[in-house]
Amino acid sequence: MSTATVGDLVSQPYKHGFVTDIETEKIAKGLSEDVVRLISSKKDEPDFLLQFRLRAYRQWLQTAEPDWAALGYPPIDYQNIIYYAAPKQQEKKASLDEVDPKLLETFDKLGIPLSEQKRLSNVAVDAVFDSVSIATTYKEKLAEHGVIFCSISEAVKEHPELIEAYLGTVVPSNDNYFAALNSAVFSDGSFVFIPKGVECPMELSTYFRINSADTGQFERTLIVAEEGASVSYLEGCTAPMFDTNQLHAAVVELVVLDDASIKYSTVQNWYAGDENGVGGIYNFVTKRGQCRGARSRISWTQVETGSAITWKYPSCVLQGADSVGEFYSVALTNNHQQADTGTKMIHVGPRTRSTIVSKGISAGHSSNSYRGLVQIGPKALGAKNYSQCDSMLIGDQAAANTYPYIRSQQPDAVVEHEASTCRISADQLFYLQSRGIGFEEAVSMMVSGFCRDVFNQLPMEFAAEADKLLALKLEGSVG
Amino acid sequence: MIRPDAPLLLDICDLHASVEDQPILKGVNLSIRAGEIHAVMGRNGSGKSTLSKVLAGHPAYTVTAGSVNYRGADLLELDPEQRARIGLFLGFQYPVEIPGVSNLEFLRVATNSRRAERGDEELDTFAFEDLVHERLKVVQMDPAFLGRSVNEGFSGGEKKRNEILQMALLEPLVAILDETDSGLDIDALRIVADGVNQLAGPENATLLITHYQRLLDLITPDYVHVMAAGRILRTGGKELALELERTGYDWVDLELARLEPETVEVA
Ligand SMILES: Nc1ncnc2c1ncn2[C@@H]1O[C@H](COP(=O)(O)OP(=O)(O)O)[C@@H](O)[C@H]1O
Ligand SMILES: [Mg+2]
Repeated sequence: MSTATVGDLVSQPYKHGFVTDIETEKIAKGLSEDVVRLISSKKDEPDFLLQFRLRAYRQWLQTAEPDWAALGYPPIDYQNIIYYAAPKQQEKKASLDEVDPKLLETFDKLGIPLSEQKRLSNVAVDAVFDSVSIATTYKEKLAEHGVIFCSISEAVKEHPELIEAYLGTVVPSNDNYFAALNSAVFSDGSFVFIPKGVECPMELSTYFRINSADTGQFERTLIVAEEGASVSYLEGCTAPMFDTNQLHAAVVELVVLDDASIKYSTVQNWYAGDENGVGGIYNFVTKRGQCRGARSRISWTQVETGSAITWKYPSCVLQGADSVGEFYSVALTNNHQQADTGTKMIHVGPRTRSTIVSKGISAGHSSNSYRGLVQIGPKALGAKNYSQCDSMLIGDQAAANTYPYIRSQQPDAVVEHEASTCRISADQLFYLQSRGIGFEEAVSMMVSGFCRDVFNQLPMEFAAEADKLLALKLEGSVG
Repeated sequence: MIRPDAPLLLDICDLHASVEDQPILKGVNLSIRAGEIHAVMGRNGSGKSTLSKVLAGHPAYTVTAGSVNYRGADLLELDPEQRARIGLFLGFQYPVEIPGVSNLEFLRVATNSRRAERGDEELDTFAFEDLVHERLKVVQMDPAFLGRSVNEGFSGGEKKRNEILQMALLEPLVAILDETDSGLDIDALRIVADGVNQLAGPENATLLITHYQRLLDLITPDYVHVMAAGRILRTGGKELALELERTGYDWVDLELARLEPETVEVA
């Protein structure tokens, strides 16, 4: 029951690795201006969006893939990826009864029931399968409150003025290589609009499912909270087990105006590859929120357990006076997974405040890096940041790194950083066991204890789920 | 209390164990019946903690020969958690700190795992709070310790009291207390000894590992065993401890030299 056994323990088979056998419409592999035009025409998009995509595509061609992260992977062949795949059903269905039962079954199996009778109470779900959204629940009920929650493709058709006003304003298409790629080829994702003064009456959630091999997933999410509005949004994701790597490059943009707030939570469980590091999702994600208004607030909470490669830095641009940014993260890596994740807190306005709590757990041969930037601009009088980065090592083959960058142009800003590293020791496990607590439960108790500050930030409905997910990842044969 | 007809709880026979291929225990024999209090004494490094950890099932120690029977079952076959559930308890010489794990939750899960084995119903947080507050009195511990992480930042004495609190909750049949007295001031020693005396009864047994007579002044042993070089060299009544206090361990070296002339240097 030395560390080797702890290693076995975290190597739990992936439970979402099945493939749905469904007829899929795919376009040919490869990326070109024609492909970008094809995607846009398939979606019957207005010209402004086609122009947005084409500009992004040209910018992408002129941008280099970033190489500064502590990640190693063979070069990605962007011409060997399918940029659009959709289950064959003619139109987006008006009612769930018309959605292919195989798709409903898939989401049922993933624990995301979409059908009327079985729905999660008080959570509206947008279900995205490969490149398209197949269903959004509780739309009508939300509409009564003026809340728009639909796939981004629908929003382009039904609320083009909102899309044109906000898309690409937080993450410009030339922001980075993967953001440019996403802007050129994004296929679907969610759109949320909470009008002035409205507190969204239920949790909103998008569930992303990659099904096809060789297909990239490029989803785009945009959430706007007007003055005094608030919403809590959760994103979940899984994929089948393939022994090839799938590229996932998403962009998420959040905009909050005066006194508004968005709480954005992610439970990321993409397929991570097998114990030898074969297969798994390459996850290159740009997530950024802009606190445009005074006293506005954005809170990112992420539980990252999957993907072969994670490159992800959910960030806050704190423009409005007294605005608040928060980042709470648990990243668990095992086997040969590599994660380089963290956040950027950009303090622009006066008295802006930010909090960063990062918990990295590395097991197996994995590598887990926290990379964070706290930037305090010259006008951010009285800005404050508190950062805490803790690493837990399981076994002696895993690596953990912390790269905290602080740039301050404001002498009276207060920036505090704390970091710690711990290891689950055989003696700690034995202590718990010698009190009648099983080995697996002992590991999971220690890991949940380590993550508690972050789990406490998750919406109640999902906190237990996250705990279970980690326990699942840590469950296995004890020998 | 010695009753020859009392049931045999623990029967250790010719136990050999090594750590990292280094033999440490070299043939321990020891039988413990219900109602008895045993003391194991001996110099540092004689193998006392090793014996306690082997009995509790620490994975770093390999049993190379011998057997341990616990109430009719082969103890060595069982996982450490299973040993605890059926009533074996080890109070650690150096209890580890477990940051992030709430002491209260830990105590509750531990208590419930023992209860489940005994067929008692699981205690929810409320029922458990009542129980734990009652048992806190045994060790005169401040309830504030329940809100902290397991042993984190506890003083040496507080850690030892937390051990006895666990014993009070788990109600073991065989409690092995490894130097629970060391590092305690006289008041703490008295509290711990009182706790052990309160918990000792005709159905259970206690094995005290100690260096010092001062604990045995407070808890009267039925048997005293002297351990040296991985075996029990001599067994006697409580007067053996007093004799050791007077004469020290020099005779042990002589006796060992007779048994194992090749491994012992006599000054
Ligand atoms: N985990 C271990 N690794 C290496 N040596 C050990 C280990 N545990 C005990 N030993 C050795 O075994 C011998 C007995 O130690 P121990 O059982 O702790 O003695 P005591 O408790 O009587 O002082 C010592 O020589 C000690 O160094
Ligand atoms: Mg010892």
